[in-house]
Amino acid sequence: MPIFSYIVLSIALFSIGIVGVLTRRNAIIIFMSIELMLNAVNLMLVAFSKMHQNAAILAGDVSGTAGMDGQLFVFFIMVVAAAEVSVGLAIIVMMYRNIHSVDVNFLNRLKH
Amino acid sequence: MNNVLQIVCLIPLLPLLGFLVNGLGRNYLSKTLIGWIGSGTILGSFILSVWVFMQVKEGNTHVAEYFNFIAVDKLVIPFALRIDQLTSLFLLIITGVGFLIHVYSVSYMHEEKPGHFGRYFSYLNLFVFSMLLLVMGDNFVIMFIGWEGVGLCSYLLIGYWFKKQEYNKAANKAFIMNRVGDLAFLIALFWIIAKIGSVSFADVFAAENLAKLTQTDITVITLLLFVGATGKSAQIPLYTWLPDAMAGPTPVSALIHAATMVTAGIYMIARSHVLYNMAPLTMNVVTYTGLATALLAATIALKQNDIKKVLAYSTVSQLGFMFLALGTGAYVAAVFHVMTHAFFKALLFLGSGSVIHAMGGEQDIRNMGGLRKKLGITFWTFVIGCVAIAGIPPFSGFFSKDAILLSAFEKSPLLYGVALFTALLTAFYMFRLLFITFTGKFRGTEEQAHHLHESPLTMTLPLIILAILSIVGGWVGVPELISEGGDKLSAFLAPAVASVPQEHPVSHSEEYFLMGLSTGLVLLAILAAWLMFRNYQRKEASGLGKLLENKWYVDELYEAMIVQPLHKLGGIFKSIVDPKLVDGLVNGVGRAVNYGSRQLRLLQSGQVGSYVLLMVLSIVLIFTIQFFLRK
Amino acid sequence: MIAFFLILVPLAAGLISFLIKEEKAVKSFALLASLASLAVSVLGLTVLKTDQYLNFNAPWMSSLGSSFSLKLDGMGQVLCLLTAVAYPLVVGGSWQASHQKPGRFFGLMLLAQAGLMGVFLASDALLFYFFWELALIPMYFLASQWGGERRIPVTFKFFVYTFLGSVLMLIGILYVYSQTADHSFSLASFYKVQIPGSTQLWVFWLFFAAFAIKMPVFPFHTWQPDTYEQASTPTTMILSGVMVKMGLLGLIRWLMPVLPIASYQWGDTVMILAVIGIIYASLIAIRQDDLKRLIAYSSIAHLGLMCAAVFSENISATQGVMIQLFNHGVNIIGLWIIVEIIERRYGTRKISELGGLAQQAPVMATFFVIIALANIALPLTNGFAGEFLMFNGLLGAKSKYFVVFTVLAGLGIILAAVYTLNMIRKTFYGEAVSLKVPVTDLKLNEKLVLGVIVLIIFWLGIHPQSLLEVTDGFAKDWVNKIDISYLFRK
Repeated sequence: MPIFSYIVLSIALFSIGIVGVLTRRNAIIIFMSIELMLNAVNLMLVAFSKMHQNAAILAGDVSGTAGMDGQLFVFFIMVVAAAEVSVGLAIIVMMYRNIHSVDVNFLNRLKH
Repeated sequence: MNNVLQIVCLIPLLPLLGFLVNGLGRNYLSKTLIGWIGSGTILGSFILSVWVFMQVKEGNTHVAEYFNFIAVDKLVIPFALRIDQLTSLFLLIITGVGFLIHVYSVSYMHEEKPGHFGRYFSYLNLFVFSMLLLVMGDNFVIMFIGWEGVGLCSYLLIGYWFKKQEYNKAANKAFIMNRVGDLAFLIALFWIIAKIGSVSFADVFAAENLAKLTQTDITVITLLLFVGATGKSAQIPLYTWLPDAMAGPTPVSALIHAATMVTAGIYMIARSHVLYNMAPLTMNVVTYTGLATALLAATIALKQNDIKKVLAYSTVSQLGFMFLALGTGAYVAAVFHVMTHAFFKALLFLGSGSVIHAMGGEQDIRNMGGLRKKLGITFWTFVIGCVAIAGIPPFSGFFSKDAILLSAFEKSPLLYGVALFTALLTAFYMFRLLFITFTGKFRGTEEQAHHLHESPLTMTLPLIILAILSIVGGWVGVPELISEGGDKLSAFLAPAVASVPQEHPVSHSEEYFLMGLSTGLVLLAILAAWLMFRNYQRKEASGLGKLLENKWYVDELYEAMIVQPLHKLGGIFKSIVDPKLVDGLVNGVGRAVNYGSRQLRLLQSGQVGSYVLLMVLSIVLIFTIQFFLRK
Repeated sequence: MIAFFLILVPLAAGLISFLIKEEKAVKSFALLASLASLAVSVLGLTVLKTDQYLNFNAPWMSSLGSSFSLKLDGMGQVLCLLTAVAYPLVVGGSWQASHQKPGRFFGLMLLAQAGLMGVFLASDALLFYFFWELALIPMYFLASQWGGERRIPVTFKFFVYTFLGSVLMLIGILYVYSQTADHSFSLASFYKVQIPGSTQLWVFWLFFAAFAIKMPVFPFHTWQPDTYEQASTPTTMILSGVMVKMGLLGLIRWLMPVLPIASYQWGDTVMILAVIGIIYASLIAIRQDDLKRLIAYSSIAHLGLMCAAVFSENISATQGVMIQLFNHGVNIIGLWIIVEIIERRYGTRKISELGGLAQQAPVMATFFVIIALANIALPLTNGFAGEFLMFNGLLGAKSKYFVVFTVLAGLGIILAAVYTLNMIRKTFYGEAVSLKVPVTDLKLNEKLVLGVIVLIIFWLGIHPQSLLEVTDGFAKDWVNKIDISYLFRK
C-alpha cells in the first residue's frame, strides 16, 4: 500500500484530534482527542518504519532491522500516553469531586 | 662658566621657597619674619639677576636643562631655563620692582592678621616664581606654565579679601578671561608642535624649521599667540578684567597689573619676533588692536573717579602703546616702554596706595583733594610719575614713548596722529587725577581729615627709589639723534631681539620736529588739566561723559552677548534637555518595555483553549514559513 | 604572580570582612587590606618588573578556549595602581562616616576592588566579562543599600542600564570569538582576528554601547549624576574615580585594536558625541546647585575629553589619556572626600546654603582649591600634562575636523574654569553663613589623606614623566595595533 494513504489518514486523525481539543470543553473528550493525535503520530511512525524496512530489504539488507527504531518510539509513546492518561484522569476525577464539573473553562485559576 | 650658570634655577626657586615657607608656616611665623622671608627671597633673586645680567652683557646666551618634563614619542619638552639679554632685562624688572613692592607691602598690609599676612606674602612670592618661570623658560611650554601660574596668582591676589563676593567675582573674571587667551596660546602651541615637532625656542625659530611652515601656518600661529597676549596683557577684546582686578590690594595692582604680569604678552611677542616678522597680516592686526585699545582705554580713563581705576585704564592704554610698537616691528621700543612703564606705573600705583592708606581705604578721588600738604613725599613722587607717563623730557617715559611714536610715524602718519592724540589724553587724565587728588580743598569726612598722615619709611622709600628710576630709567635708550651711542638698550638687546628697520626712516629734522611737537602738545594738555581741575567741584556726568564713565558699556555688552546666553543655555540643558529629552529617552525605553510586557501579560489568560489555539496557529505558521523558505 | 595577588588580596580580604561585626575593626582591616594591595601594586611597578611576575596563566575553561590569564601591561599598571591608591584614600578619608552593617559594606567594597583589578588585568575576553560583572554586582549592592532616599530606583536604573551594555558586549565578545581562527577567547587571538570592514561597523556598537554607558559618554550619561548623588560617598568615590575607567580600558584594550577599521570609521562620530558631551556637561555643571551633581557633570566632561583623545589615535593623545586615567581618579576622589566632609559636618551640600567656609576651615579650603585647580589642569598640577598631551593629540588627529574638535573641546577648559571657580567662590569665599555646627577644620586622618593626594598632584605635575614612562611602551604598541594606514596604501 502506498505510503501516501497512511499520511492522509494520519493527517486526518491528527486534525480531528486538534479540532477536538480546540472546540470541546469536556476534559474527558479533550483527553480522547489528545489520544487521537498521539495515535495519529504512532500510525505515522509505524508506516514510515515499515517503508524503510521494505526499502532496505529491496536494497539487499537481509537482517530486516532497518527502521525498527521508529516502532520502538511507538512503544515509548504508548507507555507515556498510558502514564499520562492515568495521571490526567486522576486529576479530572479530583476536579469533578471538587467543583462538580469537568469543563476546562472553569479551570483558568492557574493564572492567579 | 656654563656650569656656574646652571644655578640660575635658584632665581625662580628662591621665591618658591619663600612661598612654601610662608604658605605652610603662616600660622606659626611672626609677621616680621614673614615680611623678611618674603622680601629677602626676592632680594636674593634680584642679586642673582644682577649677576646674570653681568654674564650676558657681552651678548652670550645660556640654556640650562634640568630634566625632561614631558617626553612622548618624538616630542621632548625639557625643563630648561634660558638666559639671554631679553630675559635678563625682564629678570631685573621683575625682581627689582618686585623687591620694592614686597618691602612696601610689609607696611601696607600690616593691619592684616598674621595668617592672612603670611598668605599674602606666599601668594606674592608664588607670583614672582611664576613670572620668573615665564620669562626664563627656554620653550613655549615652560613659558606657558609661568603664563598660567601668573594668572593663578593674579586670581588669588585679586580675591585676597575673599569675604567680599564682589572681589571674588573680579578674581573669577580675571582668571576666566585669561583662560580664553590661554586657550588660544595652547592651540598655537599645538599647531607649532604639529608642524615643527618641538617647542623649544631654538628649534622653533631655526630657519630650516620655519621653512616647514606655510604662510597660513605662520599667520594662524601668530594670530593665536596674539589672542593669548590680549588676554594676559588686557587688550581688546579681553581687557575688561584688568580694571576689575583693582579689587586686589594696591601693591598687587602695582606688581601684577602694572609692572610685570600684564607685560607678559609683550615679552611673548618680542620673544617670538622671528615668527611675527614673517606675518605681515598679524603685524597689522597687532598694530591696530594696540592702537584701538590705547585710545579706548584713554577715553575711559578721562572720566573715572576711582584712583586705581584711572591707573588701571592708563595701564591698558599704555599696554596698547606697547602693542602698537610691536606691530610696527619696533620690538626694542616696546620692551623699553615695558621697562619705563614698570617704573612709573609701579610708582603711581604705590603712590595711590599711599593715598588710600592715608585716607583709610577711600579710593574715590571726588572725596579727596588737597592732599599735597599732608602727603609731601607721596605728592612729589606722584608728580614725577605723572610727568614721566606724560612724556616730558628728560623723564623716562619721554624716551620710550618717543621711540614708539617715531615707529608709528615711520609706518604711517595717520597712526602717528592717533597715537599722539592718545598720548595727549594720557597726559590730560593723569594730571586730572593728580590735581583732583592733591590740589584744591579736602572733600572727605572730618574723620578722614584727622587721620591723614604720610606713610612710613618702608612705604616712602620704595616710592623714592621708583621715582628716581622713573627719571633716569629712560636714559639707557636715548635716541642716536641726541647723543651718539646713547641707545644702549638696543645695543644690549641686539643678540636677542632687534627692531625691524623701517623702509622710510625719518630725517633728523623731522625727528626733531616730532619730538618738539609732542612735548609742546603734552605741555598744553597738562595746562588744560590744571585749568580745569585745580579746584575740582563734584558734578554729575552727562552725555558723552556718562558713556565714558560707564566704560562705553562694554561690560554690559559682554554680559548680554556671551555670559547671559550661555547661562540660559546651561539652564535649559539642566532643567529641560537633560532630564526630559536625554533621560526621557532612556526612561522612555524602560517605560516602553514595561508597557509592552504588560500587554503581553494579557496573553496569559489561563484559558487552556486559547493556549492550544495559539500553539497550533504558531505551528502552522512555522510550517508555512518553512515551506516557502525552502525554495 | 603579582597580577594574581592583586586580585587575590582584596578578594580574600573582602570575604573575611563579611565576618567582622565591629565597625572599628572592620575599618582597620579594610585599610590594612587595601594597603597590602597597594604594596603589591607598587612592588609590581618597581621591583618585580619581569614578565614572570607580571603575567599569570592558569587553565580555566579550556574546552571553550578560555583560560585564567592575567597580564599587567603599562595601562594595567597605571589602573591597578590607581585602584590600589584609591582604596586606602577612600577608607581613610571617610573614616568618620559610619555605615550600617559595616562588615558587609567593606566586604562589598573589597570585592568590588577584586573585580576592578580583574577587569584591568584580564587578558582573556571571557575572564574580562566575568570580572566586569564581578565589579558591577557589589557596586549595585553598595549603591542600593547605603545612600540617599531615592537610591533604590536610581540604582536600579544604573544596574539595568550598565547591564544592558554588558550583555551587548557579551554578544560582541561571542561574535568575535566565533571569528577567531583558533576558537579562543585570549586577547592575542582577538587581536589576530580579521573581521571584514562592513561587519566591524555594527559589531563596534555592541562593544561601544557597554563602554559608552560605563564612561559615560553623552548621551548615555543620565544614570551617572543620579547615582553619584544618591550613593554613599565612598561608593561614589570608587564609582567615579576607578570604575568609569573600565569603560576607557575596554575601549583601548578590547575594542579599538580588535575592530580597528570600525574604530577609524566611527571615530568622527564618537568624537562628535564626546565633544558635545564636554560642552553640554560643562554648561550644566555651571548651573548646578548640588556639589555632588556638579562634580558628576564635571566628570562627564573630563571623561568626554579622554574619549575624544582615545579616538584621535596617536601616541601623544594616548599617553595623555594614560596619565589622565590616574590623575582624574585621584583628583576626583579628593573632591569627593571634601564634599563628604562638608556634607557630614554641615548637613547640606547645596551650594546656595553654603558660604564662607574658608574662614571656618582654612585648611580644608586650601586643599579644596588645590585639588579643584588640579581638576581644571593648571600647570604644575597633575592635570596639566594629561590635558596638554590629549589636546596636542586631538590637534594631530587624523580626522578632517580636528581643528573644530580641538577648539570646541578647548571651550570646555574655559567652562571648567567657570564652574570650578564659581563653586569655590560660592562655597568657600564670601561671608560665612550661619551654620548649625561649631567651627571645625579637618581631622588628622583627613589631613593625611588629602595631603597624600596633594603630594601626588604636585609630584605628577612637576614630573609627569615618572608615570608617562610606565605606559610609554604600551602606547607605542597600541598605536601600531590600531594603525590601519596599510589599507590605504593598497
